[in-house]
Amino acid sequence: MSDIFTIMAGLGGKLSAHILLAASALALGIIIALPLSVWASRSPSVSRIALGVASLVQTIPALALLALFFPILLSLRAVFGEGLPTLGFLPALLALALYALLPILRNTVTAREQMAGGVLEAADGVGMTQWQKLRLVEAPLAAPYIMAGIRTAAVWTIGAATLSTTIGQPSLGDPIFAGLQTQNWALVLAGCIASAGLAMIADALLGTIERGFAQRKRWMVWGGLVLALAGIAAAGYAQRPTSNNSIVIGAKSFSEQYILARLIGQRLENAGYTVEYRDGLGSAVVHEALTSGAIDISIDYTGTLWTNQLKREDNPGRDAMYNELVAWEQETSGTLVLGRLGFENAYALAMRENRAAQLGIETMEDLARQAPRLTIGGDVEFFERPEWIAVRDAYGFRFARKRNFTSTFMYDALTGGEADVISAYTSDGRVAADRLRVLEDTRGAFPSYDALVLIAPEAARDQRLVDALKPLIGAISVEDMREANFTVDRLEVKQSPAQAARQLAAKIAAAHRP
Amino acid sequence: MDNAVPPLEFDPLLRFEAVSKNFADVVAVGSTDCAIAQHSFVALVGASGSGKSTLLKMINRLGDPDCGRVLFEGSDVRDAPPAALRRRMGYVFQGVGLFPHMTVGENIGIGPQLAGELASNERISELLELVELEPEYALRMPHELSGGQRQRIGVARALAGDPHLLLMDEPFGALDPVTRDGLGKRVRALHDQLDLTTIMVTHDMAEALLLADRVLVMDEGQIVADEAPQSLLAGAGGKIAQGLVAIPREQARALASLGAASPEA
Repeated sequence: MSDIFTIMAGLGGKLSAHILLAASALALGIIIALPLSVWASRSPSVSRIALGVASLVQTIPALALLALFFPILLSLRAVFGEGLPTLGFLPALLALALYALLPILRNTVTAREQMAGGVLEAADGVGMTQWQKLRLVEAPLAAPYIMAGIRTAAVWTIGAATLSTTIGQPSLGDPIFAGLQTQNWALVLAGCIASAGLAMIADALLGTIERGFAQRKRWMVWGGLVLALAGIAAAGYAQRPTSNNSIVIGAKSFSEQYILARLIGQRLENAGYTVEYRDGLGSAVVHEALTSGAIDISIDYTGTLWTNQLKREDNPGRDAMYNELVAWEQETSGTLVLGRLGFENAYALAMRENRAAQLGIETMEDLARQAPRLTIGGDVEFFERPEWIAVRDAYGFRFARKRNFTSTFMYDALTGGEADVISAYTSDGRVAADRLRVLEDTRGAFPSYDALVLIAPEAARDQRLVDALKPLIGAISVEDMREANFTVDRLEVKQSPAQAARQLAAKIAAAHRP
Repeated sequence: MDNAVPPLEFDPLLRFEAVSKNFADVVAVGSTDCAIAQHSFVALVGASGSGKSTLLKMINRLGDPDCGRVLFEGSDVRDAPPAALRRRMGYVFQGVGLFPHMTVGENIGIGPQLAGELASNERISELLELVELEPEYALRMPHELSGGQRQRIGVARALAGDPHLLLMDEPFGALDPVTRDGLGKRVRALHDQLDLTTIMVTHDMAEALLLADRVLVMDEGQIVADEAPQSLLAGAGGKIAQGLVAIPREQARALASLGAASPEA
């Protein structure tokens, strides 16, 4: 338990970012929802359409809604120019504000429907104008309902804001995503407790305001409001821009990325830089974040960029692919490909060492001969991917059975004998831990997935930074990477990505020592 | 109408000129002409759906006529913005519609407040006194009051702006008979005391006969009788009006004979 509290004590920055994001989204939601519901209360068709659209938005999973704003904002650059951010605060704000609309809108419309008809007739009868009626009668009578809606929206927004981690906005989702990936439950719990606690506090404060409206006790309204605003102001103060010269390192949501980000970060800190980590970025957004300068450094893989960015399907071979990539990055965005770290995180076919020895299989050509008697296991998407199709055609594989597993269970299936061969990831820690034999791809059918260090155009002009990272190029063997991944992934005596990175750094230094 | 209104024998405060209104395909008010003299207490009587409320609401523009026009103090009610027009008229209706988030005092003073002049505590007390309530009521909230007290506040609120015209739509419909009788008499007294012109919609002919000095009977959107209470009781006004008068008369007769038959009487 003490772990959790230590972690929570270090979450201040994430917490304040989370508060600011949720509060801004809620405020934007209110600004849109209130005038809309006034309009809706005067026109049944507007009411129907507004509620319909808001309900529809609610059915989109929050994770998808956040991700959808990336392409939307990207296309809006045609209108607003290249300066429009597509990642981070803006898309998170817009998605969460949309999410906050429904409860506010629905409660406000309900409030109006619940209002005794006599009261509205009396308001007209005593000679109120439309505006006076809204201000003196409708608004005060609807206020408790509206506050209840805002309360619901606040709790939803605070919860959903944890998902904004995936689009590069720091939040309390950072420890949750990092913890889920590395199976560090203390980290997950700390993030969840902090987020739930924040939601409960916001709910209590807004609930006080709601009761204040309902019971017509002004001190409750003002007390709740002042405390809530004070919290937001404190978060704003904590998030005030300090130094702009810190280097932001992005990482996708798996252990290897967390470790390599720390490895790079530690080197830069030793060189005197301030470093920030943007962990758990969706695979699709990392490259865009880098080329637009939202992050300064990322680790990517040749095969990934080849398919996703260059949209290529051919396989010109390992070095040709790398060279073409370097040129392409330089031309299209000025992004610097610093070099290859020395290992690949590629798809490969792997077998248990003893089973491979028993069948006499060392290469994929050996495997092809025995395939009709064997079962192959793949992760859920493997048999649909171009990599498998390329390999199958190159070697003429015809397996007795094909089975799909989630990536974690795939390794268990292999050790348990439910599959004879699986699609492994070459740098995965379990390759070493489970004593697997990675079969040699003699025909070069699998595309290469060399790990690369990429530096954003702006940061690439900093020669000192480039020099600080150069020693990493070609310095990490696949064995070292596997071991580092395993120390973070294993269930007992886990290490943090930062600890694993320090051990990896020590190995690199030892190897370089003459 | 066998006893039509003589044309402009008096200078009317209010005049309906060929007003009519339909709701979808149903005629709510057929083409109607009527003039109402200053200081008169007019009751609009009829069954549900006879058009009496629709006609009343044309005056304060809670429902404009499809055709024709309503003149109030010489000018078309549609010439001024509705809010300004309504502040010159008191409006009391069955639902009362006190604002639940305001004190009794704030409810009574809302009209003057809208006009930009806050009613003084003395003025609120005076208005409360008119409806026979203690000044302490000013600080209570509407939900603390009985139905009768609420409607008294409704009347006080309608009188706060010193209106020349008091419009009442089934004002006592939801009250118990004792409260109803007392408040009816009180309103009639205020009508005389404050020189008001009052138009009261009711479905209760007895109430109309006892309070008003002119009774308009409506049926299917038309005014079918326009008589003084005495004339109605003397048998004027035609079949529909007499049908309505017959009910309280029969009741009174039945009560009298019941009293005569009882041994204690």
